[in-house]
Amino acid sequence: MTGTATVGLTRDQMAQRAALDIPDGSYVNLGIGIPERVVAFVPEGREVIYHTENGLLGMGPSPDEGTGDPELINAGKRRVTAVAGASFFHHADSFVMIRGGHIDLCVLGALQVAQNGDLANWSTGALDAIPAVGGAMDLVAGVETIHVITQHTTRSGEPKLVESCTYPLTGTGVVDRIYTNLAVIDVTEEGFGVVELAPGVDLDYLQDRTGARLHAASDVSEGVAGGT
Amino acid sequence: MIDKRVTSAEEAVADIFDGATVMVGGFGEAGSPIELIHALIDQGAAGLTVVNNNTGSGEVGLAALIKAGRVSKMICSYPRTANSTVFPELYRSGKTSLELVPQGTLAERIRAGGAGIPAFYTATSVGTPLEAGKERRTFGEENFVLEHGLTADFALIKAKLADYHGNLVFNKTARNFAPVMATAARTTIVQTVDVVSPGELDPECIVTSGIFVDRIVIVDQPALESELVARGVSYP
Repeated sequence: MTGTATVGLTRDQMAQRAALDIPDGSYVNLGIGIPERVVAFVPEGREVIYHTENGLLGMGPSPDEGTGDPELINAGKRRVTAVAGASFFHHADSFVMIRGGHIDLCVLGALQVAQNGDLANWSTGALDAIPAVGGAMDLVAGVETIHVITQHTTRSGEPKLVESCTYPLTGTGVVDRIYTNLAVIDVTEEGFGVVELAPGVDLDYLQDRTGARLHAASDVSEGVAGGT
Repeated sequence: MIDKRVTSAEEAVADIFDGATVMVGGFGEAGSPIELIHALIDQGAAGLTVVNNNTGSGEVGLAALIKAGRVSKMICSYPRTANSTVFPELYRSGKTSLELVPQGTLAERIRAGGAGIPAFYTATSVGTPLEAGKERRTFGEENFVLEHGLTADFALIKAKLADYHGNLVFNKTARNFAPVMATAARTTIVQTVDVVSPGELDPECIVTSGIFVDRIVIVDQPALESELVARGVSYP
Protein backbone atom coordinates (compact mmCIF):
# COMPACT_ATOMS: atom_id res chain seq x y z
CA MET A 1 0.00 0.00 0.00
CA THR A 2 1.20 3.48 -0.76
CA GLY A 3 -0.80 5.27 1.87
CA THR A 4 -3.21 6.70 -0.68
CA ALA A 5 -6.13 5.71 1.53
CA THR A 6 -5.51 8.84 3.57
CA VAL A 7 -5.64 11.14 0.54
CA GLY A 8 -8.86 12.94 -0.20
CA LEU A 9 -12.01 13.97 1.59
CA THR A 10 -14.17 11.97 3.97
CA ARG A 11 -17.84 11.44 3.23
CA ASP A 12 -18.78 14.28 5.54
CA GLN A 13 -16.22 16.57 3.91
CA MET A 14 -17.65 15.73 0.48
CA ALA A 15 -21.13 16.57 1.75
CA GLN A 16 -19.79 19.74 3.31
CA ARG A 17 -18.20 20.83 0.03
CA ALA A 18 -21.41 20.11 -1.90
CA ALA A 19 -23.42 22.08 0.66
CA LEU A 20 -21.40 25.22 -0.08
CA ASP A 21 -22.98 25.33 -3.55
CA ILE A 22 -26.61 25.17 -2.42
CA PRO A 23 -28.02 28.66 -2.91
CA ASP A 24 -30.07 30.48 -0.31
CA GLY A 25 -33.78 30.08 -0.94
CA SER A 26 -33.59 26.91 -3.00
CA TYR A 27 -35.86 23.89 -3.01
CA VAL A 28 -33.65 20.82 -2.92
CA ASN A 29 -34.09 17.07 -3.24
CA LEU A 30 -31.34 14.92 -1.72
CA GLY A 31 -30.73 11.33 -2.77
CA ILE A 32 -30.12 8.45 -0.40
CA GLY A 33 -26.63 7.94 1.05
CA ILE A 34 -23.92 10.60 1.18
CA PRO A 35 -26.29 13.24 -0.29
CA GLU A 36 -28.45 12.95 2.85
CA ARG A 37 -25.51 14.28 4.88
CA VAL A 38 -25.55 17.58 2.98
CA VAL A 39 -28.32 18.95 5.22
CA ALA A 40 -25.99 19.20 8.19
CA PHE A 41 -23.52 21.43 6.36
CA VAL A 42 -25.52 24.11 4.59
CA PRO A 43 -23.88 27.39 5.68
CA GLU A 44 -25.69 29.38 8.33
CA GLY A 45 -27.88 32.16 7.06
CA ARG A 46 -29.13 30.22 4.05
CA GLU A 47 -32.71 29.02 4.07
CA VAL A 48 -33.12 25.81 2.10
CA ILE A 49 -36.28 23.73 1.85
CA TYR A 50 -35.88 20.00 1.41
CA HIS A 51 -38.23 17.87 -0.64
CA THR A 52 -38.64 14.15 -0.23
CA GLU A 53 -40.48 12.51 -3.09
CA ASN A 54 -42.77 10.45 -0.88
CA GLY A 55 -44.79 13.55 -0.14
CA LEU A 56 -43.13 16.12 2.09
CA LEU A 57 -41.74 19.58 1.42
CA GLY A 58 -39.96 20.94 4.47
CA MET A 59 -38.20 17.80 5.62
CA GLY A 60 -36.28 18.16 8.88
CA PRO A 61 -33.66 15.98 10.54
CA SER A 62 -34.31 12.46 11.80
CA PRO A 63 -35.86 12.31 15.28
CA ASP A 64 -34.08 10.66 18.18
CA GLU A 65 -33.89 6.88 17.95
CA GLY A 66 -37.16 5.29 19.02
CA THR A 67 -39.19 8.47 18.61
CA GLY A 68 -41.00 10.06 15.69
CA ASP A 69 -43.87 8.78 13.58
CA PRO A 70 -43.43 5.63 11.48
CA GLU A 71 -45.61 7.31 8.88
CA LEU A 72 -43.33 10.37 8.65
CA ILE A 73 -40.42 9.04 6.63
CA ASN A 74 -38.10 10.03 3.78
CA ALA A 75 -37.51 8.36 0.45
CA GLY A 76 -34.98 6.08 2.11
CA LYS A 77 -37.83 5.01 4.44
CA ARG A 78 -36.10 6.46 7.49
CA ARG A 79 -38.05 8.47 10.05
CA VAL A 80 -37.69 12.23 9.64
CA THR A 81 -39.37 15.34 11.01
CA ALA A 82 -41.33 18.12 9.36
CA VAL A 83 -40.10 21.70 9.87
CA ALA A 84 -42.37 24.68 10.55
CA GLY A 85 -44.00 25.57 7.24
CA ALA A 86 -43.81 22.03 5.89
CA SER A 87 -46.54 20.57 3.70
CA PHE A 88 -47.70 17.07 2.83
CA PHE A 89 -49.04 16.08 -0.57
CA HIS A 90 -49.76 12.96 -2.61
CA HIS A 91 -47.33 11.25 -4.93
CA ALA A 92 -48.61 12.72 -8.19
CA ASP A 93 -48.24 16.26 -6.80
CA SER A 94 -44.82 15.38 -5.43
CA PHE A 95 -43.65 14.39 -8.87
CA VAL A 96 -45.29 17.45 -10.40
CA MET A 97 -42.74 19.33 -8.30
CA ILE A 98 -39.96 17.18 -9.75
CA ARG A 99 -41.07 16.62 -13.34
CA GLY A 100 -42.54 20.09 -13.74
CA GLY A 101 -39.19 21.72 -13.01
CA HIS A 102 -40.15 23.24 -9.66
CA ILE A 103 -37.33 21.68 -7.64
CA ASP A 104 -34.18 23.78 -8.13
CA LEU A 105 -31.45 21.33 -7.32
CA CYS A 106 -31.00 17.63 -6.77
CA VAL A 107 -27.96 15.96 -5.21
CA LEU A 108 -27.62 12.29 -6.09
CA GLY A 109 -25.24 9.38 -5.76
CA ALA A 110 -23.75 7.64 -8.78
CA LEU A 111 -22.40 4.36 -10.03
CA GLN A 112 -20.90 6.06 -13.11
CA VAL A 113 -20.90 9.51 -14.67
CA ALA A 114 -19.84 9.98 -18.29
CA GLN A 115 -17.98 12.99 -19.63
CA ASN A 116 -21.12 14.09 -21.50
CA GLY A 117 -23.15 14.14 -18.29
CA ASP A 118 -24.83 10.76 -18.68
CA LEU A 119 -25.62 9.25 -15.29
CA ALA A 120 -25.90 5.61 -14.24
CA ASN A 121 -27.07 5.21 -10.65
CA TRP A 122 -29.84 2.62 -10.48
CA SER A 123 -28.54 -0.70 -11.75
CA THR A 124 -25.30 -2.51 -12.51
CA GLY A 125 -27.19 -4.54 -15.08
CA ALA A 126 -26.27 -7.78 -13.31
CA LEU A 127 -28.51 -10.55 -14.59
CA ASP A 128 -29.59 -11.81 -11.18
CA ALA A 129 -30.20 -8.33 -9.76
CA ILE A 130 -33.71 -7.19 -8.91
CA PRO A 131 -34.10 -3.99 -10.92
CA ALA A 132 -35.22 -1.02 -8.82
CA VAL A 133 -35.33 2.54 -10.08
CA GLY A 134 -37.42 4.57 -7.62
CA GLY A 135 -37.56 8.26 -8.47
CA ALA A 136 -34.06 8.63 -9.93
CA MET A 137 -35.11 8.88 -13.58
CA ASP A 138 -37.80 11.43 -12.76
CA LEU A 139 -35.35 13.57 -10.80
CA VAL A 140 -32.71 13.74 -13.52
CA ALA A 141 -35.32 14.36 -16.21
CA GLY A 142 -37.14 17.09 -14.35
CA VAL A 143 -34.73 18.95 -12.08
CA GLU A 144 -32.74 21.71 -13.74
CA THR A 145 -29.49 21.31 -11.80
CA ILE A 146 -28.15 17.88 -10.96
CA HIS A 147 -25.18 17.52 -8.63
CA VAL A 148 -23.55 14.19 -7.91
CA ILE A 149 -21.62 13.14 -4.81
CA THR A 150 -19.58 9.99 -5.23
CA GLN A 151 -16.30 8.36 -4.38
CA HIS A 152 -13.93 8.97 -7.27
CA THR A 153 -13.38 5.25 -7.82
CA THR A 154 -15.08 2.01 -6.86
CA ARG A 155 -13.86 -0.02 -3.89
CA SER A 156 -11.69 -2.02 -6.28
CA GLY A 157 -10.21 1.14 -7.76
CA GLU A 158 -12.15 1.32 -11.02
CA PRO A 159 -12.93 4.85 -12.23
CA LYS A 160 -16.53 6.00 -11.78
CA LEU A 161 -15.99 9.02 -14.02
CA VAL A 162 -15.79 7.53 -17.48
CA GLU A 163 -15.89 8.29 -21.23
CA SER A 164 -19.23 6.53 -21.53
CA CYS A 165 -21.26 4.59 -18.99
CA THR A 166 -21.26 0.82 -19.18
CA TYR A 167 -24.09 0.49 -16.65
CA PRO A 168 -27.73 1.14 -17.61
CA LEU A 169 -28.42 4.87 -17.79
CA THR A 170 -30.63 6.88 -15.47
CA GLY A 171 -30.62 9.82 -17.86
CA THR A 172 -28.59 11.33 -20.69
CA GLY A 173 -26.57 14.53 -20.41
CA VAL A 174 -28.07 15.40 -17.05
CA VAL A 175 -25.18 15.87 -14.60
CA ASP A 176 -23.85 19.40 -14.04
CA ARG A 177 -21.27 19.00 -11.28
CA ILE A 178 -19.58 16.12 -9.45
CA TYR A 179 -18.15 16.17 -5.93
CA THR A 180 -15.76 13.32 -5.25
CA ASN A 181 -13.34 12.57 -2.47
CA LEU A 182 -10.59 13.86 -4.76
CA ALA A 183 -12.04 16.82 -6.68
CA VAL A 184 -14.91 19.01 -7.76
CA ILE A 185 -15.53 18.51 -11.47
CA ASP A 186 -17.94 20.19 -13.85
CA VAL A 187 -19.46 18.56 -16.91
CA THR A 188 -18.64 21.00 -19.70
CA GLU A 189 -18.85 21.14 -23.48
CA GLU A 190 -15.26 19.83 -23.52
CA GLY A 191 -15.93 17.04 -21.02
CA PHE A 192 -14.81 16.84 -17.41
CA GLY A 193 -13.56 20.23 -16.21
CA VAL A 194 -11.63 20.19 -12.94
CA VAL A 195 -12.79 23.00 -10.67
CA GLU A 196 -11.04 22.14 -7.46
CA LEU A 197 -8.63 19.54 -6.10
CA ALA A 198 -8.79 18.04 -2.62
CA PRO A 199 -5.78 18.65 -0.37
CA GLY A 200 -2.87 16.44 -1.38
CA VAL A 201 -4.30 15.69 -4.82
CA ASP A 202 -2.69 16.93 -8.03
CA LEU A 203 -3.95 16.68 -11.60
CA ASP A 204 -1.79 13.70 -12.54
CA TYR A 205 -3.00 11.75 -9.51
CA LEU A 206 -6.59 12.63 -10.43
CA GLN A 207 -6.16 11.76 -14.10
CA ASP A 208 -4.74 8.33 -13.16
CA ARG A 209 -7.98 7.58 -11.34
CA THR A 210 -10.35 8.96 -13.97
CA GLY A 211 -11.65 7.04 -16.98
CA ALA A 212 -11.84 10.04 -19.31
CA ARG A 213 -9.62 12.99 -20.14
CA LEU A 214 -9.69 15.82 -17.62
CA HIS A 215 -9.57 19.48 -18.52
CA ALA A 216 -8.30 21.88 -15.91
CA ALA A 217 -9.08 25.55 -15.72
CA SER A 218 -5.95 27.66 -15.27
CA ASP A 219 -7.18 28.76 -11.87
CA VAL A 220 -8.01 25.32 -10.53
CA SER A 221 -7.69 25.53 -6.80
CA GLU A 222 -6.72 23.15 -4.08
CA GLY A 223 -9.74 22.27 -2.01
CA VAL A 224 -10.74 24.33 0.97
CA ALA A 225 -13.63 22.21 2.09
CA GLY A 226 -11.65 19.81 4.19
CA GLY A 227 -12.61 21.62 7.35
CA THR A 228 -11.21 20.33 10.56
CA MET B 1 -78.77 7.72 2.11
CA ILE B 2 -75.07 7.40 1.57
CA ASP B 3 -73.16 5.38 4.12
CA LYS B 4 -70.11 3.56 2.82
CA ARG B 5 -69.22 1.77 6.02
CA VAL B 6 -68.95 -1.99 5.96
CA THR B 7 -68.65 -4.05 9.10
CA SER B 8 -65.40 -5.90 8.50
CA ALA B 9 -62.28 -6.09 6.36
CA GLU B 10 -63.50 -9.53 5.31
CA GLU B 11 -66.72 -8.06 3.92
CA ALA B 12 -64.84 -5.16 2.33
CA VAL B 13 -62.66 -7.39 0.13
CA ALA B 14 -65.15 -10.24 -0.44
CA ASP B 15 -65.68 -9.59 -4.18
CA ILE B 16 -62.05 -9.23 -5.24
CA PHE B 17 -61.79 -11.80 -8.00
CA ASP B 18 -59.05 -13.99 -9.44
CA GLY B 19 -57.01 -12.05 -11.97
CA ALA B 20 -58.05 -8.63 -10.65
CA THR B 21 -55.76 -5.62 -10.76
CA VAL B 22 -55.39 -4.24 -7.24
CA MET B 23 -53.71 -0.97 -6.34
CA VAL B 24 -52.31 -1.00 -2.82
CA GLY B 25 -51.44 2.28 -1.13
CA GLY B 26 -48.30 2.81 0.89
CA PHE B 27 -44.66 3.75 0.55
CA GLY B 28 -42.74 1.29 2.61
CA GLU B 29 -44.88 0.83 5.70
CA ALA B 30 -46.26 4.39 5.66
CA GLY B 31 -49.86 4.10 4.53
CA SER B 32 -49.79 0.34 4.02
CA PRO B 33 -53.33 -1.06 4.57
CA ILE B 34 -52.10 -4.20 6.30
CA GLU B 35 -55.46 -5.38 7.66
CA LEU B 36 -57.12 -5.12 4.24
CA ILE B 37 -54.23 -7.03 2.67
CA HIS B 38 -54.49 -9.74 5.32
CA ALA B 39 -58.22 -9.99 4.67
CA LEU B 40 -57.43 -10.43 0.98
CA ILE B 41 -55.01 -13.25 1.81
CA ASP B 42 -57.75 -14.95 3.84
CA GLN B 43 -60.25 -14.40 1.03
CA GLY B 44 -58.09 -16.35 -1.41
CA ALA B 45 -58.16 -14.42 -4.70
CA ALA B 46 -55.20 -15.33 -6.89
CA GLY B 47 -53.55 -14.36 -10.15
CA LEU B 48 -53.58 -10.74 -9.03
CA THR B 49 -51.77 -7.85 -10.63
CA VAL B 50 -50.70 -5.58 -7.78
CA VAL B 51 -49.66 -1.95 -8.10
CA ASN B 52 -47.57 -0.61 -5.22
CA ASN B 53 -44.37 1.40 -5.00
CA ASN B 54 -42.56 -1.49 -3.31
CA THR B 55 -43.05 -5.19 -2.62
CA GLY B 56 -43.51 -5.20 1.14
CA SER B 57 -41.14 -6.37 3.84
CA GLY B 58 -40.81 -9.42 6.04
CA GLU B 59 -43.71 -11.84 5.73
CA VAL B 60 -46.64 -9.58 6.55
CA GLY B 61 -48.89 -7.31 4.53
CA LEU B 62 -48.02 -7.09 0.84
CA ALA B 63 -45.02 -9.40 1.23
CA ALA B 64 -47.31 -12.04 2.75
CA LEU B 65 -49.74 -11.71 -0.17
CA ILE B 66 -46.84 -12.24 -2.57
CA LYS B 67 -45.46 -15.13 -0.49
CA ALA B 68 -48.88 -16.81 -0.56
CA GLY B 69 -48.51 -17.00 -4.34
CA ARG B 70 -51.47 -14.76 -5.08
CA VAL B 71 -49.61 -12.16 -7.12
CA SER B 72 -48.74 -13.02 -10.69
CA LYS B 73 -47.48 -9.56 -11.55
CA MET B 74 -46.12 -6.57 -9.64
CA ILE B 75 -46.14 -3.08 -11.09
CA CYS B 76 -43.77 -1.00 -8.97
CA SER B 77 -40.78 1.34 -8.91
CA TYR B 78 -38.62 -0.10 -6.18
CA PRO B 79 -38.97 -3.82 -5.40
CA ARG B 80 -35.91 -3.83 -3.15
CA THR B 81 -36.24 -2.69 0.44
CA ALA B 82 -34.68 -3.64 3.73
CA ASN B 83 -36.24 -6.93 4.91
CA SER B 84 -37.67 -7.51 1.45
CA THR B 85 -36.85 -11.11 0.56
CA VAL B 86 -40.14 -12.62 -0.51
CA PHE B 87 -40.48 -10.89 -3.86
CA PRO B 88 -36.86 -11.40 -5.02
CA GLU B 89 -37.19 -15.17 -4.54
CA LEU B 90 -40.43 -15.45 -6.49
CA TYR B 91 -39.15 -13.08 -9.18
CA ARG B 92 -35.95 -15.07 -9.69
CA SER B 93 -37.90 -18.30 -9.91
CA GLY B 94 -40.18 -16.76 -12.53
CA LYS B 95 -43.34 -17.14 -10.43
CA THR B 96 -44.06 -13.42 -10.24
CA SER B 97 -43.38 -10.99 -13.07
CA LEU B 98 -42.36 -7.38 -12.69
CA GLU B 99 -43.19 -4.23 -14.59
CA LEU B 100 -40.64 -1.71 -13.38
CA VAL B 101 -41.89 1.88 -13.64
CA PRO B 102 -40.08 5.08 -12.60
CA GLN B 103 -41.78 6.36 -9.45
CA GLY B 104 -43.04 9.62 -10.95
CA THR B 105 -44.25 7.86 -14.06
CA LEU B 106 -46.07 5.36 -11.83
CA ALA B 107 -47.80 8.16 -9.90
CA GLU B 108 -48.69 10.01 -13.11
CA ARG B 109 -49.93 6.86 -14.84
CA ILE B 110 -52.30 6.29 -11.91
CA ARG B 111 -53.34 9.95 -11.89
CA ALA B 112 -53.99 9.82 -15.64
CA GLY B 113 -55.95 6.59 -15.29
CA GLY B 114 -58.14 8.20 -12.67
CA ALA B 115 -58.66 11.27 -14.84
CA GLY B 116 -59.72 9.35 -17.94
CA ILE B 117 -56.49 10.14 -19.77
CA PRO B 118 -55.36 7.08 -21.75
CA ALA B 119 -51.74 8.13 -22.28
CA PHE B 120 -49.30 11.01 -21.96
CA TYR B 121 -45.74 11.94 -22.86
CA THR B 122 -42.95 12.40 -20.32
CA ALA B 123 -39.20 13.04 -20.44
CA THR B 124 -38.61 10.47 -17.70
CA SER B 125 -36.73 7.37 -18.96
CA VAL B 126 -35.73 8.86 -22.33
CA GLY B 127 -32.43 7.28 -23.38
CA THR B 128 -32.58 4.61 -20.69
CA PRO B 129 -33.40 0.88 -20.79
CA LEU B 130 -36.90 1.66 -19.46
CA GLU B 131 -37.71 3.47 -22.70
CA ALA B 132 -37.59 0.15 -24.57
CA GLY B 133 -40.73 -0.61 -26.53
CA LYS B 134 -42.29 2.80 -25.95
CA GLU B 135 -43.15 5.38 -28.57
CA ARG B 136 -40.80 8.36 -28.61
CA ARG B 137 -41.88 11.78 -29.81
CA THR B 138 -40.12 15.12 -30.03
CA PHE B 139 -41.77 18.32 -28.81
CA GLY B 140 -39.72 21.45 -29.38
CA GLU B 141 -36.20 20.11 -29.20
CA GLU B 142 -36.78 17.59 -26.45
CA ASN B 143 -37.60 13.92 -26.55
CA PHE B 144 -40.43 12.29 -24.64
CA VAL B 145 -41.82 8.78 -24.26
CA LEU B 146 -45.43 7.71 -24.34
CA GLU B 147 -46.76 6.24 -21.12
CA HIS B 148 -50.22 4.77 -20.60
CA GLY B 149 -52.70 5.61 -17.88
CA LEU B 150 -53.19 2.91 -15.28
CA THR B 151 -56.52 1.85 -13.81
CA ALA B 152 -57.48 -0.96 -11.46
CA ASP B 153 -60.42 -3.06 -10.41
CA PHE B 154 -59.80 -2.33 -6.74
CA ALA B 155 -57.72 -0.03 -4.57
CA LEU B 156 -56.87 -0.82 -0.95
CA ILE B 157 -55.82 2.27 0.96
CA LYS B 158 -55.37 3.52 4.51
CA ALA B 159 -56.68 6.85 5.77
CA LYS B 160 -56.28 8.55 9.12
CA LEU B 161 -59.91 9.56 9.33
CA ALA B 162 -63.03 9.37 7.17
CA ASP B 163 -66.61 10.50 7.28
CA TYR B 164 -69.15 7.95 6.20
CA HIS B 165 -69.62 9.62 2.84
CA GLY B 166 -66.02 8.63 2.16
CA ASN B 167 -64.27 11.96 2.55
CA LEU B 168 -60.72 11.24 3.71
CA VAL B 169 -57.78 12.81 5.47
CA PHE B 170 -54.40 11.15 5.85
CA ASN B 171 -51.48 10.97 8.26
CA LYS B 172 -48.30 12.74 7.11
CA THR B 173 -46.35 10.79 4.47
CA ALA B 174 -48.82 7.90 4.73
CA ARG B 175 -50.83 9.82 2.11
CA ASN B 176 -48.41 8.98 -0.76
CA PHE B 177 -50.22 7.05 -3.51
CA ALA B 178 -53.62 6.70 -1.79
CA PRO B 179 -55.42 9.76 -3.23
CA VAL B 180 -54.49 8.96 -6.83
CA MET B 181 -55.20 5.26 -6.42
CA ALA B 182 -58.64 6.11 -5.06
CA THR B 183 -59.39 7.91 -8.32
CA ALA B 184 -58.07 5.14 -10.58
CA ALA B 185 -59.84 2.09 -9.16
CA ARG B 186 -63.35 1.02 -9.99
CA THR B 187 -63.85 0.06 -6.34
CA THR B 188 -61.86 1.86 -3.65
CA ILE B 189 -61.73 0.24 -0.23
CA VAL B 190 -60.49 2.27 2.73
CA GLN B 191 -59.34 1.23 6.17
CA THR B 192 -59.36 4.00 8.71
CA VAL B 193 -58.94 4.41 12.44
CA ASP B 194 -62.27 6.14 12.91
CA VAL B 195 -65.31 7.34 10.99
CA VAL B 196 -67.14 10.58 11.74
CA SER B 197 -70.38 12.07 10.47
CA PRO B 198 -70.46 14.25 7.36
CA GLY B 199 -69.76 17.83 8.37
CA GLU B 200 -67.27 16.95 11.06
CA LEU B 201 -64.30 17.14 8.69
CA ASP B 202 -63.35 20.64 7.57
CA PRO B 203 -64.22 20.76 3.84
CA GLU B 204 -61.08 22.87 3.28
CA CYS B 205 -58.90 20.09 4.64
CA ILE B 206 -60.44 17.03 2.99
CA VAL B 207 -57.78 15.43 0.76
CA THR B 208 -59.83 12.78 -1.01
CA SER B 209 -63.48 13.48 -1.77
CA GLY B 210 -66.02 10.80 -1.03
CA ILE B 211 -66.91 10.38 -4.70
CA PHE B 212 -63.69 8.37 -5.09
CA VAL B 213 -64.43 6.03 -2.18
CA ASP B 214 -66.72 3.00 -2.17
CA ARG B 215 -66.20 1.13 1.11
CA ILE B 216 -64.89 2.11 4.51
CA VAL B 217 -63.91 -0.26 7.26
CA ILE B 218 -62.77 0.78 10.71
CA VAL B 219 -59.48 -0.67 11.90
CA ASP B 220 -59.02 1.24 15.10
CA GLN B 221 -55.64 -0.19 16.03
CA PRO B 222 -53.82 -0.88 12.76
CA ALA B 223 -50.68 -2.99 12.98
CA LEU B 224 -47.35 -1.48 12.11
CA GLU B 225 -45.40 -3.39 9.49
CA SER B 226 -41.99 -2.74 11.03
CA GLU B 227 -43.19 -3.94 14.45
CA LEU B 228 -44.63 -7.13 12.99
CA VAL B 229 -41.40 -7.72 11.07
CA ALA B 230 -39.30 -7.06 14.18
CA ARG B 231 -41.39 -9.64 16.07
CA GLY B 232 -40.86 -12.16 13.29
CA VAL B 233 -44.57 -12.41 12.50
CA SER B 234 -45.47 -14.37 9.40
CA TYR B 235 -49.02 -14.00 8.10
CA PRO B 236 -51.25 -15.95 8.20
